[in-house]
Amino acid sequence: MADVRLLGDPFDPAAELAAFTATHPESGGVVSFLGQVREGDGVEALELRQYGPLTLPGMERLAHAAQARWALDGLLIVHRHGRMIPRDPIVLVAAAARHRRDAFAAADFAMDHLKSDSWFWKREQAGGQWRWIEPRTEDYNDRARW
Amino acid sequence: MAAKLVFLGRLEDLAGTGELPVQPGPLDQVLAMLDPELAVELLGERIRMALNGALLAETGGIVLADGDELAFLPPVSGG
Repeated sequence: MADVRLLGDPFDPAAELAAFTATHPESGGVVSFLGQVREGDGVEALELRQYGPLTLPGMERLAHAAQARWALDGLLIVHRHGRMIPRDPIVLVAAAARHRRDAFAAADFAMDHLKSDSWFWKREQAGGQWRWIEPRTEDYNDRARW
Repeated sequence: MAAKLVFLGRLEDLAGTGELPVQPGPLDQVLAMLDPELAVELLGERIRMALNGALLAETGGIVLADGDELAFLPPVSGG
């Protein structure tokens, strides 16, 4: 019921969302979130590193937790790793439910946990220099809401 | 056979490599063979460890056997 994927190559969020929505005609609401590489601040590239034994299994556990907590018809989590450039999609989360509140909450929950406690390490390239990004306090605060 | 250390995130830069084959044995002896600066970072309180893909709750007394993979995981910053 959950479709969870970790991709090393670019994906098309519009096509993913259309396919997901078509799979759930019974759902009255589909809520989605798309994260993309920000343009600006001199950022030339972004790289997300993952660790095979932990990253995808952790994303699958997160999907199960969301499904156990809200009444969902379906849940989609597509996450990139590897090197990306500004405007590239990074993450797409979509939740389908009979009623919209469950879909909103599940998508929000999934994003907060992807940001703060999924096994990804991020670095940015600006001015030709790579810099590892430390977690932000806000990310931990966001997760603590749940 | 050997054991393997895996360095994630900024630890990979510090180590100069993502993976390092090491002689099996107690972890303190394995780390004693590394650059002291790297060893200190690896034992930092914010660094978690996973042995053969399983997160360790307690990191004392680890002994690496042939074929073991020990990953050092700095705080994550995803999404």
